[in-house]
Amino acid sequence: MDSFLQIMTIFILAIFVGVEVISKVPPILHTPLMSGSNAISGITLVGAIISAGMQATYLTVILGTIAVALASVNVVGGFLVTHRMLSKFKRKE
Amino acid sequence: MIGINLAYILASVLFILGLKGLSHPRTAVRGNLTGALGMFIAIVATLLDKNIISFEYILLGAVLGSAAGAIFALKVKMTAMPQMVALFNGFGGAASVLVAGAVLSESIIKGGDPGTQFLVATAASGLIGAVTFWGSLVAFGKLQGIITESPVRYKGEQVVKVLLLLGALYAAYRTTQGQGDVQWYWMAGGVGSVLGILLTIPIGGADMPIVIALLNAYSGMAAAATGFVLNNSVLIISGALVGASGVFLTKIMCDAMNRSLPNVLFGGVGAVVETIKADDIYGGKVKATSPEEVAMLLKMARRVVFVPGYGMAVARAQTPVRILTEELEKDGIEVEFGIHPVAGRMPGHMNVLLAEENISYDKLKEMDSINDTFGNTDVVIVIGANDVVNPLARQSSGTPISGMPILNVDKARTVVVIKRSLAPGFAGIPNPLFALDNTLMLFDDARKAMENLVRAYREAA
Repeated sequence: MDSFLQIMTIFILAIFVGVEVISKVPPILHTPLMSGSNAISGITLVGAIISAGMQATYLTVILGTIAVALASVNVVGGFLVTHRMLSKFKRKE
Repeated sequence: MIGINLAYILASVLFILGLKGLSHPRTAVRGNLTGALGMFIAIVATLLDKNIISFEYILLGAVLGSAAGAIFALKVKMTAMPQMVALFNGFGGAASVLVAGAVLSESIIKGGDPGTQFLVATAASGLIGAVTFWGSLVAFGKLQGIITESPVRYKGEQVVKVLLLLGALYAAYRTTQGQGDVQWYWMAGGVGSVLGILLTIPIGGADMPIVIALLNAYSGMAAAATGFVLNNSVLIISGALVGASGVFLTKIMCDAMNRSLPNVLFGGVGAVVETIKADDIYGGKVKATSPEEVAMLLKMARRVVFVPGYGMAVARAQTPVRILTEELEKDGIEVEFGIHPVAGRMPGHMNVLLAEENISYDKLKEMDSINDTFGNTDVVIVIGANDVVNPLARQSSGTPISGMPILNVDKARTVVVIKRSLAPGFAGIPNPLFALDNTLMLFDDARKAMENLVRAYREAA
């Protein structure tokens, strides 16, 4: 139970940090915020790598591999498209 | 073990710093790169961990996924950004379902008591992930025009949804019994999938930005749940950050439309009775204008504000808008853009569309800051927007948009509305703005009207 309380603490504190940080993002950047945070939610890739790499059974390898592919779309596509969008925001003198 | 956990802490810090960078367009590019660096560190640390004994399948999945992601990201048009974000959200949800399913199967083979936290988190991952995946696919279909975008409602809708939810929760509960039950796990995922479809299909039209934001929140929660399955801090922290972001944006979108979230999700409660007749409002009071007349008005103006809606993007009128902006500024006229939070198909969408056209971001003003300036604005050009400038929203009740915050364009000296006809917007109600004394209607396709306006402005002496 100790470890549960520990990660629950992390979870709750992270929500507060998230709200604090994200409420400072101006509306003009809300689309890049969504695509960028979407890329971060591709962190499931870490979990997918663990399941695909442990080679426990065929089933877990197959599920893990598909999960790696899906999460990679999320991570690579997310960061790349956010970069593409953000580089369009310019200020003219 | 210490090494990998330190790497995860570093990655989490970089994610937070990355999001912090998004607080200003100047620092945003670096912020995004910071986040990407955090992701890179988390992935490399995981790969180096000694529990990973085989790389070929990981490599296969990663190469395929990365290539697909890169192609999407480089090819997608800025107008299609909402459906792409929807799709990506869905993939994140699906990945959570598969990871939790794989880990559960493995734990059962290994035997032993996996513990309550593991089992509950696994069931939650499967359920939330499945809702996210299928909900996102439906949202993608609607935005892409594959499925009808108008709300699909049917009799007994709420009962069906509640029954499905109970069924999904029951399957999730059975998943957590004993050492865990894989069959019930996939059952929960299956029922969750149907639920995801049925929760999204009744939402549509003007509510799409809310759906996208909500799915964003779901994908974060799914990632956090997977973090609880694996006892993995970086998944939990990232999931919490993304979940917070999604909930925050959902709230902003709901506020911008004066809707409550339950009302968007379950809708149809206390439907508004339609009493406003278009003829009573427009009868004989609408004045049509010509590009030449508008050009003359612009010549005499000192301050001009554009109020763009998604109709501008549909007509691909951004380029002539930018050209006219440059012409006006050359003559020393102040130009700004008033952007309603729900302009476009997802939060902040309109800003991206205008930034793509090289319009300086300091001219893009949010509703609250531009509303006070309409009083000293000579000409407002409303292009492809309707409900967000409808003064009926100020009435406390009686219309679908009552209480919705709007752009107070009617306070300007002259309002020019570029529109093909007097057809209503998503809300389906007439707009008294079009009949005001200080409003002129320029009836045409947005792109053609703007091109004519640019030409007329250049010719006007």
